[in-house]
Amino acid sequence: MVGIVSYGTYIPKYRIRLGDIASAWKKQGEEVVSSLRVAEKAVPAADEDAVTIALEAALRALSSSGLNPESIEGLFVGSESHPYAVNPTSTIVGELLGIGNNYLATDLEFACKAATSGIQSLAGLIASGQMRYGMAIGADTAQSKPHDVLEYTSAAAGVAYIMGNKKPIAELLAYTSYSSDTPDFWRRDGVQYPSHAGRFTGEPAYFAHVMGSATRLFEKTKTQPSDYQYCVFHMPNGRFPRDAAKRLGFTDAQLAPSLVVDHIGNPYSASTMIGLSALLDIAKPGEKIFMVSYGSGAGSDGFVWKTTKELVKSQKFPRSGIQLRGTKVKSKDTVQDQIERKTYIDYVQYLKQTHKI
Amino acid sequence: MKVSIIGVATTKFGELWSVSPRALAHEAMSGALKDAGIENGRIQALFVGNMLSGMLGGQEHLGAFFAEELGFSHAAAIKIEGACASGGLAIHAAVSGILSGQYETVAVLGVEKMTDHKPEDVAAALMGAGSSQERASGCTFPGLYAILARVHMLKFGTTQEDMAAVAVKNHYHASLNPNAQFHRPITIEAVLKSHKVTDPLTLLDCSPISDGASALILSIKHQASSINIVASSVATDTLGLAERNNLTQLQATKEAAMRAYKQAGIEAKDIDVAEVHDCFTIAEILALEDLGITKKGDAAGGIRRGEFTLGSAKRVVVNPSGGLKGCGHPIGATGVKQVVELVEQLRGEAGKRQVKDARVGLAHNVGGSGATAVVHILKK
Repeated sequence: MVGIVSYGTYIPKYRIRLGDIASAWKKQGEEVVSSLRVAEKAVPAADEDAVTIALEAALRALSSSGLNPESIEGLFVGSESHPYAVNPTSTIVGELLGIGNNYLATDLEFACKAATSGIQSLAGLIASGQMRYGMAIGADTAQSKPHDVLEYTSAAAGVAYIMGNKKPIAELLAYTSYSSDTPDFWRRDGVQYPSHAGRFTGEPAYFAHVMGSATRLFEKTKTQPSDYQYCVFHMPNGRFPRDAAKRLGFTDAQLAPSLVVDHIGNPYSASTMIGLSALLDIAKPGEKIFMVSYGSGAGSDGFVWKTTKELVKSQKFPRSGIQLRGTKVKSKDTVQDQIERKTYIDYVQYLKQTHKI
Repeated sequence: MKVSIIGVATTKFGELWSVSPRALAHEAMSGALKDAGIENGRIQALFVGNMLSGMLGGQEHLGAFFAEELGFSHAAAIKIEGACASGGLAIHAAVSGILSGQYETVAVLGVEKMTDHKPEDVAAALMGAGSSQERASGCTFPGLYAILARVHMLKFGTTQEDMAAVAVKNHYHASLNPNAQFHRPITIEAVLKSHKVTDPLTLLDCSPISDGASALILSIKHQASSINIVASSVATDTLGLAERNNLTQLQATKEAAMRAYKQAGIEAKDIDVAEVHDCFTIAEILALEDLGITKKGDAAGGIRRGEFTLGSAKRVVVNPSGGLKGCGHPIGATGVKQVVELVEQLRGEAGKRQVKDARVGLAHNVGGSGATAVVHILKK
């Protein structure tokens, strides 16, 4: 059965507190934090972009898998901050990973759900026998205009998942997708920062699509919330996933371990899958995970995962001494490790690192 | 004067993202025509109250637009714009049209579609109602009303709790109104704890951005269920606050009220139910005082003591619909909705929010920070 063979997460070490952003704009930090339910967000270093972040995550996924890089036959990179408008991220990452030339390189863009679209595409290609292993990456240095409300949550991070049908750590039991033309958030070509439609991003956008995909997934699998150990949703802020989980009938205990948004903000196309990584870091074999992503514009991809006994080995990483093109991969970093390893910066430094000044 | 209201209807107010302005207008107007029991061929003129269709939607020429849309073929049709008083002004124009002898039966439509647009675009467009100096200085309406609130606090000792009591009352009333935007009662603490918009006003001191439409059918011919408009007055003041001598009152409201009471031959104490313009909580306090319902400086205490709340009111219930604060504030529709609410109250058809034995109603609609005020008085 097709599933996740391995995964890797990369969260840049820099953080800015939302209170510091609020102070810069003479807003009350406590109000912003309590409203968004996000305390701080991850910021890229000045020399990091979606390519370097994708690569960091990919190296971790690859080394964790123990696979030969050339066994990866498909590389899908989802981002809404691809460094080039024309010139793929996926081939740069593929080259640096050393996966050879016999692979399908694809860049994806669908706001915050590009990477989960990659997972579904790879699942189909693997199930049909077209390839043995494929890697889906979500990596972003999320853009936001200074003083826009997005500035409080737009974050940087990446996540990479290797999909295959041999010894998966989590099997993909079912998936759904729910899409419509709902322009709640967009960026025209050549425009530096995205626009959004305020409160319209809530009910008719995020909730309509997340609930639509989730409802279909329950119907398709004939399951209910109590059949799952965990759930994970796209996290544009701390409120939306909590609200979605509650509406669907999940408990706080099922949701809480995936809520990375509280500590790192919303790294757009990496958000949902970093939440999944946080769950796979702690899950036990035989547990079921209910996952729904969301991408503005709009669509939601739903997944049911079931962990296997292979997960235990994965959690016992590090494997020793894997070298990838001369880069020594360090021991496995859990999501929690990376959340905790941080250096705070102030607002001016944030503007510098994100090239706004 | 006596003009009969023979039909009324309103849509639900709120974030109606899936509903177009055309659909809103259809729903309100077909409801009003049905209520009046007449065909649209009887309508000789249509008066459309709207503020932002041009600035936000790029569509002016709303008279012909909605006359075509609603099937009032070849009827006279006019858009009336007067900022947040557009709806009240549309009724005033319709009443004047009838009293002039030009028309026998006319329709009034108040309509606004705001939530499809970015909040910053809406805030900027609304400043079209302010003075050029206010616009240039970066002021928005919450800021202007915050200035009025500060002055009132200094002069009369009005507190943030007093203002919060307006929001609490109006959200309670809205909770009884199926067409209101908000249905959850709130507390003083919740108002005080909500985000600051412009000190001293918090989020829950401010009316929301809303979509909605309301419609009336007016006629010189009385019907059995008719409620009569016995006064319709408009007064204006300077566009900007800086040009006014006194910031503890809205002089336009006082002038319009004085004229209306004279037209109707009544006094403020005769009013049983009032829909007043509470775009911000301080605005209801100012309204009650400027309309003469209370003395200057006394409104806040009365509101806190529940003297204007359904169930505990002493003599007049204020904003039983929930007001702009709780029912929502689709700019052009607001002034028309106020009159729809009064008609339902005077007919005794207001359900859970019925004001007992209501016979005289007053609607008070303000444009800008008091540059325009419209007052209508209705009698059973």
